[in-house]
Amino acid sequence: MAKSNKPVVWFPFAAGGTVIAFFIPVIALLTLLVAFGKVPAGLSYESMHSWLADCVLAKLAVFGILALSLWSSAHRLRCTCFDFGLRIDTLVAAVLYSAAIVASLAAAMFLFRL
Amino acid sequence: MSRKPLIREVPPTTWYFRHPRYLRYMSREITSLFVGAYCVLLVCGLGALADGKESYEAFLLALQSPLSIAFHVAAFIAALYHATTWFNATQVAMPIQIGENFVPGSWISGAHYVVWALLSVVVILLAGVF
Repeated sequence: MAKSNKPVVWFPFAAGGTVIAFFIPVIALLTLLVAFGKVPAGLSYESMHSWLADCVLAKLAVFGILALSLWSSAHRLRCTCFDFGLRIDTLVAAVLYSAAIVASLAAAMFLFRL
Repeated sequence: MSRKPLIREVPPTTWYFRHPRYLRYMSREITSLFVGAYCVLLVCGLGALADGKESYEAFLLALQSPLSIAFHVAAFIAALYHATTWFNATQVAMPIQIGENFVPGSWISGAHYVVWALLSVVVILLAGVF
C-alpha cells in the first residue's frame, strides 16, 4: 500500500483554517482594542489568570486554537514561499513546521505553568 | 525534422501578475503571514501571563505602540479576509446532497456566517467588552 504523509499534514491544516476563520478575527479585534488602550475587563490579568488557571477546558481550548492555527499558517506559508518562487520546499517545510511545533509546545508549557 | 514540444515559460516570481484571479489568490496566501505572526504574538502573551501580573501588564502596554497598532490592524484585516474567503469556499469544498438535489451553496456558506457571528458575539461577551 502506498504510504503518504499528506493526511497528517493536511488534517491539522484544514482544521486550523476553520479555527482561524471562526476565532482569529474576533480575538484580533479584542487585542486591537487593547492596542488602542481600551483593555476589555475579561482581558485583565486577574480575569485571564482565573479562567486559564482553574478551567482545564479553557486551557485545552486555547491550546487547540493556537496549535491548529499555527500549523495551518505554517502550511500555508510553505505554499506561499513556493508560489513566490522560493523553490527549496524541503528546507522551507522543515523550518516552518518546526517553528509551528516549537510555538505550540511553548504554548502548552505556559498553560501548564499557569 | 525537429520536434517542437509546447513549453510555456512561466516566470517563477512574477506569474501572478498575469491575471487578476492569480492576484486575488496570492493576496489570500499572504494573509497567512499576518495570521501566523499574530498567533506567535498570542503565544508570547500567554508566556507573559504565565510569568505573572507585572510582565502581563507590561505586555498589554507594549501592544499600544504605533507599530503594534499597525500590525493589529493588518492582522485583523488579514483574518477577516481569510474568514470570508474560507466560508465562501465551503459550499464548493463540501457540497451537501439530499436525495437527488444539492443543498443550495448559499445556505452552506450562510450557515457558516451565522455560526461565525454567534461565536464572535459569545467571545466578545466572555471578554467583557460591554
